[in-house]
Amino acid sequence: MKKLVILGAGTAGTMMSAKMRRVLPRDDWSITIVDQDGDHLYQPGLLFIPFGVYDRDDVVRTRARYVPKGVELVLSGVDAIEPDQNRVRLFGGGTLDYDFLVIATGSRIVPGEMEGLTGRGWQKTIFDFYTLDGALKLHEALKDFAGGRLVLNVAEMPIKCPVAPLEFLFLADWYFHERGMRDKVELVYATPLDGAFTKPVASATLAGLLADKKIAVEPVFNAGSVDSERRILTSWDEREIPYDLLVTVPTNMGSEVIERSDMGDELMFVPTDRNTLQAQVAENIFVIGDATDLPSSKAGSVAHFQGAILEHNLLNAIAGKKLAPEFDGHANCFVETGFGKALLIDFNYDVEPLPGRFPLAKVGPMKLLEESRMNHWGKLAFRWIYWNQLLAGREIPLVESRMSMKGKKNPTAQEAA
Amino acid sequence: MSTATIAGIPVELDGEGFMTDASQWTREIAEEIARDNGIDPLTPRHWEVIEFCRKDNEERGTPPTVRRITKGTGVQTKEIYQLFPKGPGILSSKISGLTKPKGCI
Repeated sequence: MKKLVILGAGTAGTMMSAKMRRVLPRDDWSITIVDQDGDHLYQPGLLFIPFGVYDRDDVVRTRARYVPKGVELVLSGVDAIEPDQNRVRLFGGGTLDYDFLVIATGSRIVPGEMEGLTGRGWQKTIFDFYTLDGALKLHEALKDFAGGRLVLNVAEMPIKCPVAPLEFLFLADWYFHERGMRDKVELVYATPLDGAFTKPVASATLAGLLADKKIAVEPVFNAGSVDSERRILTSWDEREIPYDLLVTVPTNMGSEVIERSDMGDELMFVPTDRNTLQAQVAENIFVIGDATDLPSSKAGSVAHFQGAILEHNLLNAIAGKKLAPEFDGHANCFVETGFGKALLIDFNYDVEPLPGRFPLAKVGPMKLLEESRMNHWGKLAFRWIYWNQLLAGREIPLVESRMSMKGKKNPTAQEAA
Repeated sequence: MSTATIAGIPVELDGEGFMTDASQWTREIAEEIARDNGIDPLTPRHWEVIEFCRKDNEERGTPPTVRRITKGTGVQTKEIYQLFPKGPGILSSKISGLTKPKGCI
């Protein structure tokens, strides 16, 4: 019996277990998936929790329910991966041998990386929304917020879901409007980027939205420390931003397992071939989702697009065939903009988010890089797609793994600049 | 994309002034881009960072982040911000003749 082991039963891992169980003969292959706990978190839903749109029950389900029949789910922490031995060591002394290994251990926030962040102000005047606990506590803090300056700070790049900070601010604008106190709240976006987003066309659109909503931007702000007594955020080049409420997106890092296994880069992300998804450390190890060091977005859609390519390449590797260099960095993200609207962006390694229609040229029904109600409904409907299609490793109609230029309007380089 | 002449050498630049072909870079180009960005002169500490950026980009195909530079050179974060004020990741790439760091999508 040959063994496929998958580390991490989140979006990418669960999806791969379903895909591979369908294509690997049960008589020849066992599939084991490992995670440290039994709760599957719908991560895109965390954004809505601080604003009371979703609560805990909307985003947490039992992991076991989404692991398909014929796949063994092991609930245990992983101590280390031993590529030379083709073996994974579990906490408590157990081991798992493998013929092929898929690393889907994701990324996590590490607030301790910034001086002062987890000091006395933590979860009193400083909150995250990338964990369930953080998002729930931030909801309480927003309910009690009497007004003042709310600063959202991104500590450093890369972060999971790079548009989430913008969405948070757009939703905060809407939330305080609804409560009749928008005039009492100053919203500030302190970002290490040199604009609203990294790519010129989308950056211009998003900057326009921030300006319309009177959200101030403090660009190229590389936060070095927080003084939670004085409530001041200070950058490495000694600019200061006072706050009443600080919402932080702390440094994102890969799993500690990767560090213990000495397999990661400086942020514990796993060096991975950008087109085949093979780990650089060994030919029988592949990496998917947020755990990679690739310059693609850390997002569920990216894991989904990688999934089809990884399935193909695992089968190639098992058959001793050449790997297909098919992954193009494709990402597709709804950006919630508040007041029941959203915009949609679709891009890859080489093509920045452009305006147009998606997935069908002229027809849509989604609009790219433009606010619409349809996009907002798309974002909410995505939760159903996630639990029922995406985790089961099924394709989403009309949306292909490789990015398509269909429907996209390509402004000239001159306009883009 | 446009062509510009820096330190007497014609180079290709993207819309934000980053060189698109790292092989066109020279030390004189670095000095001129640095001057345009308010850094004059480039000290040996600057060069340590620039040389690391060039080498790391050649090995990995992408410019390093500030965190990677501190780890690779031993120059502390505080000092990197003094050497390359405001956005050291972006500025060190620009002066080193590399593309805009892509880690930040």
